[in-house]
Amino acid sequence: MLANLLSGDTPRSRVLTIVLLVIFVSLLLAPFLFPGTRSLETAARICIFVVLVASYDLLLGYTGIVSFAHTMFFGIGAYGAAIALNHLGASFGSILVGAIAGSLVAAGLAFLIGLFSLRVKAIFFAMVTLAVASAFLVLVSQLSGLTGGEDGLNYKIPRELTPAFKLLDDRLFGVRVDGKLLAYYFVFFVSLALFLLMLRFVNSPFGRVLQAVRENAFRAEAIGYRVVTYRTLATVLSAMIAALAGVLLAVWLRYTGPATTLSLEIMVDILLMVVIGGMGTMYGAVIGATIFILAQTYLHELMAVASDATAPIPLLSALLSPDRWLLWLGLLFVLSVYFFPAGIVGRLRGAESQSAK
Amino acid sequence: MSTPPAGDTSIAPKIEQASLAERLGNWAPLLLVPALAIVGLVAIANPATWITLTAAGLAMGMMIFLMASGLTLVFGLMDVINFGHGAFIAIGAFVGFTVLGYLSGWTDAASVWLNLAALFPAILVAMLVAGGAGYVFERLVVKPVYGQHLKQILVTMGGLIIVQQLILVFWGPDAIHLSRPQTLRGSVVIGEAAIEKYRLVAVVIGLAVFVCMRLALNRTKVGLLVRAGVENGEMVEALGYRIQRLFLAVFIVGSALAGLGGVMWGLYQETITAHMGSEIMVLVFIVVIIGGLGSVEGCFIGALLVGLLSNYVAFLSPKVALVSTIALMVVVLMWRPQGLYPVVKAK
Repeated sequence: MLANLLSGDTPRSRVLTIVLLVIFVSLLLAPFLFPGTRSLETAARICIFVVLVASYDLLLGYTGIVSFAHTMFFGIGAYGAAIALNHLGASFGSILVGAIAGSLVAAGLAFLIGLFSLRVKAIFFAMVTLAVASAFLVLVSQLSGLTGGEDGLNYKIPRELTPAFKLLDDRLFGVRVDGKLLAYYFVFFVSLALFLLMLRFVNSPFGRVLQAVRENAFRAEAIGYRVVTYRTLATVLSAMIAALAGVLLAVWLRYTGPATTLSLEIMVDILLMVVIGGMGTMYGAVIGATIFILAQTYLHELMAVASDATAPIPLLSALLSPDRWLLWLGLLFVLSVYFFPAGIVGRLRGAESQSAK
Repeated sequence: MSTPPAGDTSIAPKIEQASLAERLGNWAPLLLVPALAIVGLVAIANPATWITLTAAGLAMGMMIFLMASGLTLVFGLMDVINFGHGAFIAIGAFVGFTVLGYLSGWTDAASVWLNLAALFPAILVAMLVAGGAGYVFERLVVKPVYGQHLKQILVTMGGLIIVQQLILVFWGPDAIHLSRPQTLRGSVVIGEAAIEKYRLVAVVIGLAVFVCMRLALNRTKVGLLVRAGVENGEMVEALGYRIQRLFLAVFIVGSALAGLGGVMWGLYQETITAHMGSEIMVLVFIVVIIGGLGSVEGCFIGALLVGLLSNYVAFLSPKVALVSTIALMVVVLMWRPQGLYPVVKAK
């Protein structure tokens, strides 16, 4: 049953299994284990980014395509939901409409980009997508009538998902059972479903072909698979899932703006999460997103302590200042591309199979 | 041994005359810039405004060319696209800012020559520092990943992040105002058209660099090797030249040019931030793609096209300025899928 749910792609490493279980249980019980708005916020972000990062891994890790347009699809989903909620009123129906419209637009755009540029080499595709994504960002901030421009959109979500909605009068294990809790579980279970769906994709024959394309496009073509078709399909699929992750973010934040969905910084974050977690393993997305977002949220404080401790040494304290956490992550990123190309997950799995010998 | 009968030319090399259409096709990209300028004139319908915008577009194009030329050569030579190229642009701008700060006595003077004299050391130091950074970057970041595209993209991207953060460490997180030297502010009025003085300087410097690059590439031995290396690196290697060393040199020169472009761009925008590198990279990539990977001439034409088009469009309908350059890229790629003057065949 469990293996079926995971599509037979088990973690294959004891340490990894334990880490994943800890993450899963923590996220499942987050509202009860770590009460407080900030930790719930962090947990929801982790859920959403796991989906987003995993969908990017579908491209980068499984198919070997480097795209810089992933935030564009993420943003399309978020704006789809935001605009629908804004115009059609705060109902689940509008979320559904927004989600469907957003993912269809994302799929269409991904198809077009694929059609135009997936025949060329990786570097070229990366450059084209970077250009297209930044044009999209500019377009969104210019069309302020529809998207709210730089300010973004604030909107209402269905009342059942807001803190004003009380499900139980009593507290459950000291936690108020309100709409916020429902919203969290909405995010959590949709993320879980999307993640399992992707696990199914990559372990299907389709996923195997993608890996074949990644390893050697020429041979894959020679066996009779149409490489461009598969690459385009992978792009479309990952774009749709990224759009759905965007819908989740839009519903959770009740705000959608260029900085939270479309900026190049988020694209870089996704890249860091995939590589540090481990490319070509769906579980890498879980580990990468969790580590990254925890670092983003809590490393600041740790670094502030370190920076204060080294205050007398001018340059070192500047290097350790909490705002410079990305510097260290960048360093970690480059080193992990060199020394752990398979990321944390690959490393753990490798260690396991070594000791088994 | 009998001589082959006359008329049998199977051994003698056969040089085919290119057809007229082909020759025209080769020249066509050169005509794009004037063609675009004429379209612009028709669309704007006001000669004075058009002259102002054209000068602005050419200046912008020249600066983008400075930043993009190194990138495209590096790609052609070693098949490395450096996503960290923007870092050198930012380094150049910040170093230039620091140097100009020390020379504030010269930049505030009302003499043109003193102002230009202040610009010179700023550019020189910026180029030296950016070139030095390029050297370190190549040794530490790029060298271990030759031939692996995926890793190159990831690692150079990581390098960009690190350099941006280091700039924040040294120069602080705030956007910095970079003011132009005294006499380069304001504009010259020719007839009814007002042209900013600084843009004229930018055009002159850009043209000078382009001419120097052309001469160096076409008339010197090193240039010959670089061109040959772009065409077929393995062959140059087989002839006994160390293409790695050549590449390193080109990488350093390319970084230095990016630094020069950074100073110029910073003075043009008058504000610099640590993220300017990654922002300008988008334009630079578009130019490199339009021009055809690895080609300096294509890069030059692409830069001018992008500069002109974005200035015209920014005047006509400001909302679609950056989108217009994307549209230009798509149109060019539909016409010539490998760019205007492709040197490197898609692998």
